[in-house]
Amino acid sequence: MLDKYETHEHDVVIIGAGGAGLRAAIECSARGLKTALICKSLLGKAHTVMAEGGIAAALANVESADSWQTHFQDTMFGGKYLNNWRMAELHAKESPDRVRELERWGAVFDRTPEGKILQRAFGGHTYKRLAHVGDRTGLELIRTLQDKGIHQGIDVYMECTISRLLKDGDRMTGAFGYWRENGRFVVFKAKAVILATGGVGKCFKITSNSWEGTADGHALGFEAGAELVDMEFVQFHPTGMVWPPGVMGLLVTEAVRGEGGILRNSKGERFMEKYDPKRMELSTRDVVARSIYTEVKEGRGSPHGGCFLDISHRGAEYVKRKLPSMYHQFKELADVDITKEPMEVGPTCHYIMGGIKVDADTGATRVPGLFAAGECTGGMHGSNRLGGNSLSDLLVFGRRAGIGAGDYAAGAPAANIAEAEVEAAAAEMTGYFGRPNPESPYKLHIDLQNMMQSMVGIFREEGDLTAAIAKLQEFKQRYEHVAVEEGQRMYNPGWHLCRDLKNMLICSEAIARAALMRKESRGGHSRLDFPKYDSYWGEHNIIISKDGPAMKVEPRETVKVAELAPLVEARKAKESSK
Amino acid sequence: MSKRTFVVWRGNKDGGNFVEYPVEVEEGMVVLDAIHQIQRTSAPDLACRWNCKAAKCGSCSAEVNGKPRLMCKTRLDDLPGEEAITVKPLKSFPIIRDLVTDVSWNYTVNKKIPPFTPKKGADFIMQQSDVDRVQEFRKCIECFLCQNVCHVVREHNQKSHFFGPRFFIRVASLEMHPMDALNRIPQIKKEGGLGRCNITKCCTEVCPEEIHITDNGIIPLKERVVDQFFDPVQIVIRKITGADKPQPTE
Repeated sequence: MLDKYETHEHDVVIIGAGGAGLRAAIECSARGLKTALICKSLLGKAHTVMAEGGIAAALANVESADSWQTHFQDTMFGGKYLNNWRMAELHAKESPDRVRELERWGAVFDRTPEGKILQRAFGGHTYKRLAHVGDRTGLELIRTLQDKGIHQGIDVYMECTISRLLKDGDRMTGAFGYWRENGRFVVFKAKAVILATGGVGKCFKITSNSWEGTADGHALGFEAGAELVDMEFVQFHPTGMVWPPGVMGLLVTEAVRGEGGILRNSKGERFMEKYDPKRMELSTRDVVARSIYTEVKEGRGSPHGGCFLDISHRGAEYVKRKLPSMYHQFKELADVDITKEPMEVGPTCHYIMGGIKVDADTGATRVPGLFAAGECTGGMHGSNRLGGNSLSDLLVFGRRAGIGAGDYAAGAPAANIAEAEVEAAAAEMTGYFGRPNPESPYKLHIDLQNMMQSMVGIFREEGDLTAAIAKLQEFKQRYEHVAVEEGQRMYNPGWHLCRDLKNMLICSEAIARAALMRKESRGGHSRLDFPKYDSYWGEHNIIISKDGPAMKVEPRETVKVAELAPLVEARKAKESSK
Repeated sequence: MSKRTFVVWRGNKDGGNFVEYPVEVEEGMVVLDAIHQIQRTSAPDLACRWNCKAAKCGSCSAEVNGKPRLMCKTRLDDLPGEEAITVKPLKSFPIIRDLVTDVSWNYTVNKKIPPFTPKKGADFIMQQSDVDRVQEFRKCIECFLCQNVCHVVREHNQKSHFFGPRFFIRVASLEMHPMDALNRIPQIKKEGGLGRCNITKCCTEVCPEEIHITDNGIIPLKERVVDQFFDPVQIVIRKITGADKPQPTE
């Protein structure tokens, strides 16, 4: 029946080939399952390559006092206790093994004088904890997994975009997509599907994310019936480039501050003394981003609307060795020699803490056969992610989702796919061609990004959020008219953007609705009209699910783990005594 | 705001031609910004690959004014002022559409190289000085500019029996890894066609990561080939010491 479309059959199909997707694929194929790894780009180009600073893991190579307990506490404190406790526990306990495993697969980390894996300081981490390779740790991670994966029999499908998940009744049975190269459609049949699609940065104007960060997994999961959690929590990384205009938002690694970089305003004041005198530049990212934003807003910003970040006191040789790509990035793109002069930096949309709600141990969503891992999931980081906790998240939960999906697939019957669903998915994609009164997808995308940046950005308030939700309804109307010219299906980025917009609209609405409901400020969610913590909201996550054509938004009590309570209470007591 | 003219190759495997586009120039703008502007304003279907826009992923390789470059790293103010800027796809790979080429050959080659295989009982205690060189090679972002300019590929299209500079340094990074047990020198000599490289250093010149591909990677590999295959003294020493036997792996 489906012979009209190219069809591939697998035990497990993994959508997304960054750190989480690759790690999941390695786990599935190691268990003898027929595994597909689908990448929107070429293999090895996923956004994971942009991760710079390192992988957080309590190896205790540099500071022997470190332990999983302290890492767990730091993660919980960073997330302002809204984290999924079990995820934070598994992450802290298992990340050292994942890092050592990576080394055995060929990753070459920077070394201590004893010849062990070197670890560096990072914001919110009590001890020097980040295993790293200069400032290109993400590249090392993805290349290692890539080279491991391709020799293990994983079927890699490159430059293929999934536009719909396919179900048989309640159960996930596959995915529908198109080849970027020729625009032809393809069907993947699978006993289990893992979403590992990464982030949503392209909903915002100023972002460190690549074009791929279009909320694909968030929206596909939502549409398929999975729940989203913590969507109001968006991380604005404190330090993105602010000049020149073309690179605005490009990431400046936190490792600059980890290596001793100092933030100053236009008056030369080290302003973090005012906002977090204890942790200073290495405070958590939410705090540093808000501090920079406030300095700029109050008229103490740098010439291009940021602040100054200075590492030149560490000496040219040290800077070039420890931060080589930052040195080149500023030298080549901004004519700034960071070994001699300060950088200009400002907040940039970097990461979303919220995402698909999953079981901590297996990565299972509430849809049978659908699993998820990495940035497209929520819970692990609570209201704010610590730097370095993302790469470890990818490895720990990528592996776990691989095991979860693998176990499920091993016991599941063969997948069945309904023809009508496939036809509907195909019609959706061809529907973008030659519509009357066409709306440019590029124009709608820019309008969406500007709106999200100004109304659902670093600081939020009720009036803006209500207006943003109204605006999103208008954008959804306009989306019905986005179109490209008839005919060209080969590698047509305008056509691809049409479909990506749908994902971004769903995700933006989820962010705005959750942000409106949370009447407090916490982590990556700051309300001007509710600037303080609220005790009710300190115990509740916001869950979003599909309710017919509408979006259901509801608070749900945070689930705790009794055995971990003493660790959490001890940390709370320590922080309040400061 | 000033204007500049871009001349971009449009077409597919059956042929194509250069099309002129006017571009509004902003301060600090790079070629990739201009391509994006053209997509937004006049050619929504203009095909190009890109991901990070930060010279970290190696996706946006193209030939700008005849020179292979990353478009995200090529600033307009570094290109001669008055003339039009030409942008073409990489010459050494088959065209898919516009600026996008079929680079699958590179993935095929990579799969042929046996992966990192630790020695039996490897403890992974390694000094920084012992891994500096390996780390240099592992900086590679796989932009394939080196593959594109290598004359063995570009002029003579010997892809079927040549790995190319990218994969010579990949092999070098494995051969120089202190904990690796395998010997990939016979492979790189025969299947990899290392001997075809005559060290003109074109690859090193275009490397955006400034990896010393020729001096630090290819030449040491060539020396290892000589040691293993052509140096009678070395061959005798290895026979006596047993050093040419395969090392135990895990």
